[in-house]
Amino acid sequence: MASFYEGPVQRLIDEFGRLPGIGPKSAQRIAYYLLKAAPEDARRLAASIVEVKEKISWCRRCFNIAEGEECAICRDTRRDSTVLCVVEEPRDIVAIERTQEFRGRYHVLQGTISPIEGVGPDQLRIKDLLHRIPEEGVEEVILATNPNTDGEVTAMYLAKVLTPLGLRVTRIASGLPVGGDLEYADEVTLGRALEGRRVVDG
Amino acid sequence: MRTTKLGEADRIISFMTQGHGKVRAVAKGIRKSGSRFGARLEPTSHVALQCYRGRELDVVTQVETIDANRALRESYACITHAVPMLEAVDQVAQEREAAPALYRMLVRALRTLSERPSPVVTPAFFWKLLSLEGFHPYLDACVRCGEESGPFTAIDLGEGGVLCATCGRLGGRRVDPEALAFLGQLVGGELNHAIANPPAPEHVHEIERLGVLALEYHSERRLRSASLL
Ligand SMILES: [Zn+2]
Ligand SMILES: [Zn+2]
Repeated sequence: MASFYEGPVQRLIDEFGRLPGIGPKSAQRIAYYLLKAAPEDARRLAASIVEVKEKISWCRRCFNIAEGEECAICRDTRRDSTVLCVVEEPRDIVAIERTQEFRGRYHVLQGTISPIEGVGPDQLRIKDLLHRIPEEGVEEVILATNPNTDGEVTAMYLAKVLTPLGLRVTRIASGLPVGGDLEYADEVTLGRALEGRRVVDG
Repeated sequence: MRTTKLGEADRIISFMTQGHGKVRAVAKGIRKSGSRFGARLEPTSHVALQCYRGRELDVVTQVETIDANRALRESYACITHAVPMLEAVDQVAQEREAAPALYRMLVRALRTLSERPSPVVTPAFFWKLLSLEGFHPYLDACVRCGEESGPFTAIDLGEGGVLCATCGRLGGRRVDPEALAFLGQLVGGELNHAIANPPAPEHVHEIERLGVLALEYHSERRLRSASLL
């Protein structure tokens, strides 16, 4: 796109355009919004961007978001250190924590293996995971990567390297969404739901 | 063939079709759990599809599975061998330009890999794709001096054929003669024989690697997924 705007405005539009999910039109809209906004609103936004970059980094143990060296979950001694749940991104921890079903610790891969993007295992936090297992006495690893192609590839790779270490390696179940209709389920999802069926206590 | 995230919950899906060549269309809401698309639009799926023409991009309205090729997605070796075939087709196929032979080749290769998972399928596909694109490798005589008796010890990707021992010393990429014999089988259409009696893994890998280099040479683009082969 040709640049119609004066230096600082164009620079702001370009910066927004680099953010994920924001195209040139949205970038323009946000920039205009800020031009019209009260100076203290704009300053607050700028300050929180600076603050997050100064204070927040990756937990040195699990690579979750951390204020300080370790994240709140790794610092919490009440959590079960024998069960480790492997996720793609910190936001997946938030989703799992909301279920209140899991009391173990996490490991964030910070991405997935992606054949189509040429992203291999070496570009993820997999070596760090392999170090943690003996160090922390981990007995079970739960693979909670997304149930799409890249997430599945990552889970298969991890199962391949973790199983020989003699731990229990489990994969979160795939199946029918609660509240949905069976007839709309696709063949892969329904097939997996059938394989993962369980006994109902009568 | 491939999917790209779009906005909050959508994906752009790139398909190879029977009658319209490559088509890109948006699948709305596909990233939400419980989306009506489910796993139907994951790479390697063979589906019947309905789209409507949008202003900028087409939008997927209905999908039915023909063959989920599920076995491909349940082994690390299978999926890492399937994706490079998809990426190669995504690169050579033109949007909205019918390429029925290319379509059939891809559907067949995915089905073969899913039914008979063999490391031979992907290199065979690369070389068949090169032939289809007009780069059939010349394996019967040295492409520099015309020497016919062999043994041939190298391949010249620019000239598109083998080199004799003398010319091979001056250029080209070295190839094991046994690997070249295997390449001869593949381009001669003896895939079933090669699957049943595969050569040594290093020769399969050598021909696969050469296929990647030849594709990259002709398309002038990197085949990213080949880094996981
Ligand atoms: Zn942590
Ligand atoms: Zn020669």
